[in-house]
Amino acid sequence: MALDATHLDYPKRRYGMDHERYEWSMLTRRPRVRWPGDKPLAVWINVSLQHFPMNPSAAVKLPGSMTMPYPDLRHFTLRDYGNRVGIYRLLRAFDASGLHPSFAVNAELALRYPTLLSTLVERGDELLGHSWSMDTPHVGGLDPVAEEALVERSLRVLREHSGQAVRGWLSPGKLQSPNTPELLKAAGIDYFCDWVNDELPYRFHTAHGDLWNLPLATEIEDRFVIMDNLHAESSWADQVIDAFELLLAEARAQGGRLLTLSLHPWVMGQPHRIMHLERVLAHIAAAEEVWQAAPGEIVRAFAAQENRP
Amino acid sequence: MSAANQAATRRADTGHYDYWPYLNRPRIRWPNGARVAVWVAPNIEFYELAPPANPARAAWPHPYPAVPGYSIRDYGNRVGHMRQMDLLDKYGIRGSISLSTALCTHHPEIIAMCRERDWEFFSHGIYNTRYTYGMSEEQERGMIRESMETIARHAGRMPAGYLAPALSHSEHTLDLFAELGGLYSCDLFHDDQPTPLRVRGGQPFVSVPYSLELNDTIAYVVNKIEPRRYGQMIKDSFDRLYAEGAESGTVMCIPTHNYQVSCPHRLKAFEDALAHITGHADVWLTTGREIAEHFLARHHDEVLADIAARGTAAAAQG
Repeated sequence: MALDATHLDYPKRRYGMDHERYEWSMLTRRPRVRWPGDKPLAVWINVSLQHFPMNPSAAVKLPGSMTMPYPDLRHFTLRDYGNRVGIYRLLRAFDASGLHPSFAVNAELALRYPTLLSTLVERGDELLGHSWSMDTPHVGGLDPVAEEALVERSLRVLREHSGQAVRGWLSPGKLQSPNTPELLKAAGIDYFCDWVNDELPYRFHTAHGDLWNLPLATEIEDRFVIMDNLHAESSWADQVIDAFELLLAEARAQGGRLLTLSLHPWVMGQPHRIMHLERVLAHIAAAEEVWQAAPGEIVRAFAAQENRP
Repeated sequence: MSAANQAATRRADTGHYDYWPYLNRPRIRWPNGARVAVWVAPNIEFYELAPPANPARAAWPHPYPAVPGYSIRDYGNRVGHMRQMDLLDKYGIRGSISLSTALCTHHPEIIAMCRERDWEFFSHGIYNTRYTYGMSEEQERGMIRESMETIARHAGRMPAGYLAPALSHSEHTLDLFAELGGLYSCDLFHDDQPTPLRVRGGQPFVSVPYSLELNDTIAYVVNKIEPRRYGQMIKDSFDRLYAEGAESGTVMCIPTHNYQVSCPHRLKAFEDALAHITGHADVWLTTGREIAEHFLARHHDEVLADIAARGTAAAAQG
């Protein structure tokens, strides 16, 4: 019994990363970041608006997808609840707190629910590409031609129906194929949010030039904490507030930091959960040392400081 | 191979230790009369984006590139390490690093900072995406030796401890490490005190209690525990081992990962637990090596004799 010699060969053992996508860099060794108004902590809240088809066909199932034999009425409608009821409950909570989220939108949803899309457009909040639906994972093995068409169609529909330029992207499930970064860059995307390896934006290399990775934390995402970890709603709120306080303290001492919060109306929009989101939003809104901003603004503010001494 | 044939060729027991009830054991005495030896073991790991596929275990749940799994582990090195190191500095704790030794080459900045603090480095293999499963004995020996020599070269001293990469073992893992000069293993979870381990070469070799129950990755990823409850578990564990340590010294390990415990929503609970522990007088804040060396020098032979006497008594009764 023995393994093939490749198992004891380490061709990528070298300084830095074992790939070419970005440079190795420790957060605390970078120049201090200054956010507008000299606020120590930037806060970005993103709401993912998602369509889960009842007849999924992709080999990789994304979180929240159908689990029962067809027709899975329970999960189809529970997810759809988020787009009918939950999102409007979330919007009221945002309006009450004065905070503005961004929205990552499955393009198919823009076609299915034009009323919902126009509600978002009227608010003027930033929209991010979020592929076509929750049945179109960008995952290794996806045919590059098919993925190119998927990216093109998703962004074209969202741009046409929203009137926004749409320069940001969140891949469903934060999955990527080996080609996703190149395809997004070629399609006019400036930043994506898929790699959760940092707490500030950083340059990500593609064959067509760099774009930015703006990490959207998974570990305190509503869906991850409540649906995967099965923690109580009140515990989720405690965790977000603990994260907020820690990052704020660190930002005061070390320079600008960023709290990112990922929400799903089919999770937090339930009547028994919304009060816990409201507690989180009130906590953030009450803090004076916060720059609450859209992701595009954060990337631009960060990029403007990139070459400072 | 049929299940019956497979079972016939496999061990039913690790064979490394004898039964030794937690009752009337000879007293373990830690330096300065401490009741409990507390050590924190940060796992500082490198996971490869495209490792060769081990026949027995997949490295990632997604096809290349496995962005979710890879990127959160990279977060540990880019962001989490400094946060945990600052916290351990604040409470006067030297880490005992469970090291993917390829990290010496990938991220020497981290190694340098840990050396400045006189942290212990022990081997956790070369990459945490290279599993022991399927290796020949010669391959495993070579891998372990290379990892030890890498630590000697980059950290200035041969390591004393071993935790197999990703807790992947062969039947000979502990034997090989003892033969290569190792003193202690972190791979066994059978006790709250150090215990002598039987290895085929007969070297003095001990198990230093690590912990799976208090390992942050097990707590957060497998058991899906809330951060504040994790902090409470550490405090409760400490309180009991501190109390029992009045009779005979105990060991408490907190194994951590920079991509788990250092997340902003989790660090406070960990800090509360460290404040609780360091607020007690009779605590030996130490490292895995120091525990192993102390036990080997002061208690190893006495404990072996006690275990042997009990075995003889049990056989006589039987």
